[in-house]
Amino acid sequence: MNHDAPLLEVRNLVKHFHVGGGLFGGRAGVVRAVDDVSFSIRRGETLGLVGESGCGKTTTGRCILQLERPTRGQIVFEGRDLTTLGEDELRPVRRKMQVIFQDPYSSLNPRMTVGQIIAEPLAVHGIVPDPAQRAARVRELLGHVGLLPQHARRYPHQLSGGQRQRVGIARALAVEPALIICDEPVSALDVSIQAQIINLLEDLQAQFGLTYLFVAHDLSVVRHISDRVAVMYLGKIVEITDRKSLYDAPLHPYTKALLSAVPIPDPALEAQRERVVLGGEVPSALNPPSGCVFHPRCPIAVDRCRGEVPELREIRPGHRAACILA
Amino acid sequence: MGVLLEVENLTTEFVTRGGVVRAADGVSWDVGEGETVALVGESGCGKSVSALSIMRLVAPPAGRIVGGRVLFKGRDLLALSDEAMRQIRGREIAMIFQEPMTSLNPVLSIGRQLTEGLEIHLGITPREARQRAGELLAMVGIPDSERRLGQYPHQFSGGMRQRMMIAMALACNPSLILADEPTTALDVTIQAQILELMKDLSRRLAVAMLIITHNLGVVARYADRVNVMYAGRIVERGTARELYANPRHPYTLGLLRSVPRLDEPRRARLDPIEGQPPDLTRLGAGCAFAPRCAFQVARCAVERPRLVPIGGGGHVSACWEAANLDRAVARSGAAT
Repeated sequence: MNHDAPLLEVRNLVKHFHVGGGLFGGRAGVVRAVDDVSFSIRRGETLGLVGESGCGKTTTGRCILQLERPTRGQIVFEGRDLTTLGEDELRPVRRKMQVIFQDPYSSLNPRMTVGQIIAEPLAVHGIVPDPAQRAARVRELLGHVGLLPQHARRYPHQLSGGQRQRVGIARALAVEPALIICDEPVSALDVSIQAQIINLLEDLQAQFGLTYLFVAHDLSVVRHISDRVAVMYLGKIVEITDRKSLYDAPLHPYTKALLSAVPIPDPALEAQRERVVLGGEVPSALNPPSGCVFHPRCPIAVDRCRGEVPELREIRPGHRAACILA
Repeated sequence: MGVLLEVENLTTEFVTRGGVVRAADGVSWDVGEGETVALVGESGCGKSVSALSIMRLVAPPAGRIVGGRVLFKGRDLLALSDEAMRQIRGREIAMIFQEPMTSLNPVLSIGRQLTEGLEIHLGITPREARQRAGELLAMVGIPDSERRLGQYPHQFSGGMRQRMMIAMALACNPSLILADEPTTALDVTIQAQILELMKDLSRRLAVAMLIITHNLGVVARYADRVNVMYAGRIVERGTARELYANPRHPYTLGLLRSVPRLDEPRRARLDPIEGQPPDLTRLGAGCAFAPRCAFQVARCAVERPRLVPIGGGGHVSACWEAANLDRAVARSGAAT
């Protein structure tokens, strides 16, 4: 196998949703949730995908998993374009791609014990057919995520938020995936527990050679965990580069505004800090602005931004941004 | 600056299947006139219950206030009649909640939700109330207020709804606003807008604020003083500057260290607080934080520390090792 080839390549991904025009009327329209997004992830790498609610980051993840069928574009995973595969062909591929959700409580079946939850994918995919061996594997997985063997007999409601997220991680690990899509995996957790889970994700990555797509809105957490970062706004990637370049020398005005909005836990520093507070709100993806979609809120927009769609172009080596002024 | 609100030994209990939980266990704190004070802590620490207790909105029979006093402008709110308390709520003390959609009435127009309180509390005519409602929307930065008054909550975005909540809170010129995680449900850029708006309005209108949050970053920029809560008790209090520069409770220190910060070089590894928050039905005699504490000594397991002064300026900490903490921190900092 060619190890230099990316594990995952997303090419010109487009996902439209049709809304309205149903039983209760309303004008029919098209939501451009993801609008021509391309990126790739190398084996063992973590790509952070950041943006505000409705920017398309979660839909991008769901398209990669083929939980949503893309409107256009290709999802090339281990050299195969998943968009051309049927359900039967997809099943073995799904084993290689797992997901960890934001809210562990709603993503765990309340009527199953932790042991049953973790054992289920092992049985469904026929990975460990023997029940006794399966129980042993469950114990091993619990150990990997920092839980005890006796946790296997508990129900999700008997666990704390952090412990539930550990169960979600153990379930994802059970099938030995290559790629894990982490969709806001720590944002529902308490601050003191967030750091535990992030450390765990990093340890597991090193131990099992995992590749992560880390979808989140918290820029401090994303900086900590990511090798490269993509910033999304209204269905498009507006900036993508390695971690250091993005945080040390951001090019897109939206990235700069996001970074400036993050509060810093230090009153003395905050008192001196100039803050770029963006006016307005994220426009509707039903009716996105003309030209650059960010122009109505952009502090440096010029006339050209209204008419011209900026291309995501390489401005410095390995650093791409979609802004004509960058 | 006079004291506006003084909470003394407030104790609120809830009856749960696991037993009786003291959500607020003898907490005392105060808010000065025009001051912004924060209650910081993680879920279940008792910060929201403290605010609900002040408003006497703890729901019986499961929850009840079993002790303490809440002195507002010198009057004990816990001793007032229900009718007198209704005069306080929304008029003298207003509240802003985390999720504006669930605290707005979906079938009443924005205008009606604003004018209702004005008519009830201020006894003004519907026409006057309507005009005041328009002014309030403009004040919180909602443009085109005439048209907006006729709309319904679902036609507002999350940020607009929170602006609307702020307008409702300000409607009767209260002297205190209790804001419970006011920006947690909002996006980062909208969060910044709302916080700047709240800060600006509180200064301009001289309204005191109690901000309840789990986000230490939010507090750093907006609070004058900070109370840190853990397992139903206040474990540390001080001015924001003092608390961040010189934390003297291991829990505060742990919270500050566990978050990655954009203004600092990236660390190879985060420094979490190990373990889980305690089960409030099974608290022992010792310090509730002891099982997770890196600085614990033998005494911590058997005897609960009280808040004691650290230096001057009202900085207090409930930790047996508080006096030694700065040296211990320097040591552990050097070791990493």
